[in-house]
Formats: sequence, structure tokens, C-alpha cells
Amino acid sequence: MKQSDFLKTVMPFKDKVFRVAKRLLVSTEEAEDATQELLFKLWKNKEKLKEYKSIEAFAMTMTKNYCFDRLKSKQASNLTLVHSNYKENGTSLDRRMELNDSVSKVHELIENLPEQQKLIIQLRDIEEYEFDEIAKMLNLKPTAIRVSLSRARKTIREQLLKQHKYGIS
Amino acid sequence: MELANIEKLLEKYLNAETTIAEEKMLKNYFSNGNVAPHLEEYQALFGYFSTSKQERFTKTIQLNSKKRNWKWLSVAASVILLVSVYNGYENIQQRKAEKVYAQTIGALELLSANLNKGNAAIAQLQHFEDTTNKIFKQPKK
Repeated sequence: MKQSDFLKTVMPFKDKVFRVAKRLLVSTEEAEDATQELLFKLWKNKEKLKEYKSIEAFAMTMTKNYCFDRLKSKQASNLTLVHSNYKENGTSLDRRMELNDSVSKVHELIENLPEQQKLIIQLRDIEEYEFDEIAKMLNLKPTAIRVSLSRARKTIREQLLKQHKYGIS
Repeated sequence: MELANIEKLLEKYLNAETTIAEEKMLKNYFSNGNVAPHLEEYQALFGYFSTSKQERFTKTIQLNSKKRNWKWLSVAASVILLVSVYNGYENIQQRKAEKVYAQTIGALELLSANLNKGNAAIAQLQHFEDTTNKIFKQPKK
């Protein structure tokens, strides 16, 4: 496989890899590093890629594993990802303004979900993968994913509803 | 789309029973401004999903890793190290040789100086003998 061929296969889903990484790792820089690292890993294993039915699904599985590893090593070094110890590229004022926005409230709500649910919400509601594809990526049964997704959606909805009512009264 | 249908879809959505196509319908419904007031809380949710999908990986993909550069750098560094160690070794050897040479020269000079001193002494001895010969008659041959 030549470099141009490789880039052609990778291009359609590099943004997805990036977004999933960002969902899990929170910071943009971390996600960029992770994406770079993953694409490079794929490139190094380019000979083996032909064996996989879907390179995209394989890449997603790799992304998931890579990010979980990163998070684990972070926790091991007592560095949990909370809002206080990462900085967005944009100014903090912009960010604060945004947070008032209800759309960014959704971002926060998703951030507070357990890792697995976060990932499933990302893969289903944002990247719009089928259940079967997600099941393959996460090595779970489709039913388990449905249960998890339903739980996540209901949690978000409840919180949103609470905030909404709070805002009105 | 009629409201009853949307409500039904939302119910299915919360149970994670909607298909991708149905979820797209929901996204579409909530992206146009006319949302029923009692469903407003969903607007932020689906709006967020749509905007999140816009995010792009903007950095250029780097396939020739920096690691290989490091490898070459280390090779170069080791070559330089070897050459410089060799040079230093040569230098030390030369300095040692010079030192030995200087020491030898010094020793030889000392020797020759002492030899000359000896010669002078011998010359004096000769003088002494001459005088003795003058004083005492030499036996006839």
C-alpha cells in the first residue's frame, strides 16, 4: 500500500477518530496527538490492514483502546481530567459565555456520563454508526449497547428537563 | 412532520429503538426553528449533535514519524562521538610522545653536559701529566 492509497482510505474517517478521541480525552491537543499517533500506528501496520473487513471499524476500536489506555495512565499518575486542569485553545471568556448556552450544557452533561456511555453516545448520535458496527468496535453485544445508549439518553434528557424547568421558573 | 409522530419517535429514541434514518428525522425536526414548546429541551441536544459532527481534524497527517529522525540523529551522534574519541585519543598519544621526546632530549643534554665536564677534567689531567713529565726525568728509552 502506498502512502497516497493509505491517505485515501484514512481520510474519510480521520475526523471521526479525532472527535471520538476528543470526547474521551476532553482536551483538543490530547485528541490531536492521539489521532496523529493512531494514524501513524495504522500506517505502520498497513500490510495487515487488508485482513480487516472494515478499516474504519478497526480504527475506531484502536481509538477506543488507545484513549482508555491514556485515561488509565492519567489516573495512575493522579491526573484526572476535570475542567480545571485543561485549557481550551480559545479564550476562557469565550468558553464561559458558551457554557451559558444550552448547547454547551449538553456537552457538559455528556462529559459527566460514564466512559462507556459517553463513547456510545458519540458513536451513535454524532457519528451515526449502526448498532452492529458499534457492537463490533466495542466488542459488545448489540443489545448491551442499546441498553447503555438508552440509559445515557435518558440521563441526559432528565438533566436537560430539570435545567429547562429551572430556567423557566 | 406532525407532532404526534415526533413524540412517538422521541419515545423510541429514549429507548434506543430508533433507526439511523429516524434519528436523522428527529435531528432535522429540531434543527428548524418550529419546535413545540414542550419539546424545547431536546432542541439543545440534537443541535449539539449536529454541531459536534462539524468538528474537523485540522492538523496535517504526519506519516514519517519523528522517531526515525531521532534514530538517524543518534547514528550521527555516535559517529561524531567515535571520531572525537579517536581524535582525542590520537591527541593524547601525540602529547605523550612529545613529552617522552622532551624528556629524552633533556636526559641526553644532561648526559652530554656531564660528558663535556668530564672531558674538561681529562684535559686538566693531561696538563698535570705534562708538568710531571717536565719535573721528573723520563727514563731513557
